[in-house]
Amino acid sequence: MIAELLTDTALPIILVGAMVGIASSAVGTFLVLRGNSMLTDAISHSIVFGIVIVWLLTKQQSGPVQLIGAALTGLLTVLLTEALANTKRVKQDAAIGLVFPALFSIGVLLLNVYANDVHIDTHTVLLGEIGFVWLDTIDLFGLPIPQALVSMSIMTLLNYGFIGLFYKELKLATFDPALAKTFGFMPTILFYVLLMLTSSTAVAAFDAVGAVLFIAFAIVPASAAYLLTDRLWMMFIIGALISIASSISGYYLAVYFNVSIGGMMAVMTGVFLILAFLLGPRYGLATQLLKRRRDRQSPVEPPANL
Amino acid sequence: MQWLDLLSDYTFQNVVIGASLLGLISGPLGCFAVLRRQSLLGDAISHAALPGVCLSFIITGSRDMGSVIIGSLATGSLAALTMLLLTRKSRLKTDAALGICLSIFFAIGIVLLTYIQGTNNASQGGLEAFLFGQAAATLRSDLWVMGSITLVTLTLLAIFWKQAKLVTFDGQYARSLGMPVNAIEAALTAMVALAVVVGLQMVGVILMAAMIVAPAAAARQWSRHLGGMLVIAAGIGIVSGVSGATISTLSRGLATGPLVILTATAIVIISLALAPGRGLLWGFIKHYRQKEALQKQQLLYALYKHPSASQHYRTTFGVRRVLSQLKRQGYLIRSPDGGTGWALTSRGEKAAKQVVATFEEVVT
Repeated sequence: MIAELLTDTALPIILVGAMVGIASSAVGTFLVLRGNSMLTDAISHSIVFGIVIVWLLTKQQSGPVQLIGAALTGLLTVLLTEALANTKRVKQDAAIGLVFPALFSIGVLLLNVYANDVHIDTHTVLLGEIGFVWLDTIDLFGLPIPQALVSMSIMTLLNYGFIGLFYKELKLATFDPALAKTFGFMPTILFYVLLMLTSSTAVAAFDAVGAVLFIAFAIVPASAAYLLTDRLWMMFIIGALISIASSISGYYLAVYFNVSIGGMMAVMTGVFLILAFLLGPRYGLATQLLKRRRDRQSPVEPPANL
Repeated sequence: MQWLDLLSDYTFQNVVIGASLLGLISGPLGCFAVLRRQSLLGDAISHAALPGVCLSFIITGSRDMGSVIIGSLATGSLAALTMLLLTRKSRLKTDAALGICLSIFFAIGIVLLTYIQGTNNASQGGLEAFLFGQAAATLRSDLWVMGSITLVTLTLLAIFWKQAKLVTFDGQYARSLGMPVNAIEAALTAMVALAVVVGLQMVGVILMAAMIVAPAAAARQWSRHLGGMLVIAAGIGIVSGVSGATISTLSRGLATGPLVILTATAIVIISLALAPGRGLLWGFIKHYRQKEALQKQQLLYALYKHPSASQHYRTTFGVRRVLSQLKRQGYLIRSPDGGTGWALTSRGEKAAKQVVATFEEVVT
């Protein structure tokens, strides 16, 4: 029966979409909290460069070599950005805006040059092919499991493994880097490992959702969670739930309107963000308005001694 | 001969004029974006132009430049406003708001793009060129639209030059003078959106961000004045636009956007290294020279004060090099007793006395 479900196209696609969201919102949560969200933008663009280079060197389209290559490319992007900002000749934001378009451009040009040989074209770079994940399967326990699902599950395990192992260190490094440093937690190294995981997740998700939509999966559920809770562990749970809900609703809407599945899933994360922004229990716009109105109608009694 | 053919080629003329217009508008407006630390806002606005392009196509059914521009301007501005709303009314920071707007608007664009492809409209071809840019597809009529936008934008900038300058460098002072700071800031952001729109056809929505940042960042190295920076940025924008577009037209298979961006990036690297005053290379040379001068002075001082200690000087490569240099310049000789030490010549002694005098003056 399970085999039947997996050969159906809907379930694998939805599972892959949800896994992309869960894996990337795990690392995205820390980036949102640290104020480095735009690094996902930089990383997801520049891994195109990494993917093409690794392919040219090893002819491997996926697998561990690609993941390591991606991690290194992500690291390269961040290090280049920081080196550029450290020259004091350009500001941090301009440095990001200089580095990733350059790497992305080289990647796209190489794709143009080797267009006939590479499995990815510029179209895939942007859209991904989540609609076809069920075509590419490997047999596990006698079941045809989509390869994308396997790689995304591995990334989810890696990300949450890292977060689970270093939970308190990461938490302190995020909210009080100076204190974390005095405790010897090496916040900078933790941050770099986090960025390498982000890049690897981006590559694993690349075939499914492409370069740009990855940003949505990494940042938007985490941001929505940030609007809903003050607890770090709760952010992961909410982020994962929003990813799952976006994947399911995005899939059926996309099928109904006959549009890009990955794009629709990303749009749905945006819808959930807007809902959180408007209706969040504590920080939501509606809650704030209601509270203000209530306060105006029944002002707090001033203390008697005034 | 081939070049002459090329120059008289109709398409090529269009490409060159279009690329020049792009440089002319994105360079100067990029300067304001970079100086106001809004480089990445350009990125968000340019990604957000995609749904506008698709919407205008769905409504008008054609790839007409005028409607494309209105559409992308509308969604680009909407993205900028949404970003502002998210940062003002929620606890999200600027970076998260930027990332959200960029990715969600782009996702909407992708959804619309696939929707159009699903309807199998015959004239949809070329819509994907807006992703990476296709300079060769530029029409003469597109140029008129691009040209008028550039002209209007630059004229507006010239009229409100003083205000824009003050708001950029000292917003609080501008506010205290009673200037409508918010309106001017909004206008500057809207102008960035205009620059993005002009570049859509040339470099595409994804790389347009770099066209805002790169010429401005390069120009900043060459000039300390806003006016000079704007002119240089426009020049760099034109050069990278034209050369990128030329290579793309000649090679046929290569997308224009990446080529333009790589040319601009190369100019940035050259500017960072070589610009007079700020160039990193000059900085290294200066640092190196100062270090050497200081090392010489220290050696002269040491030899003058403790002549017998000179046996130990040969330990490091740097010291050995400075010693042989001083010898060549006639300040030092090998000590007459035939050992490994050094002694000051009369000229060296004079120089050393001077060093000692200045040093002791500094100390006291």
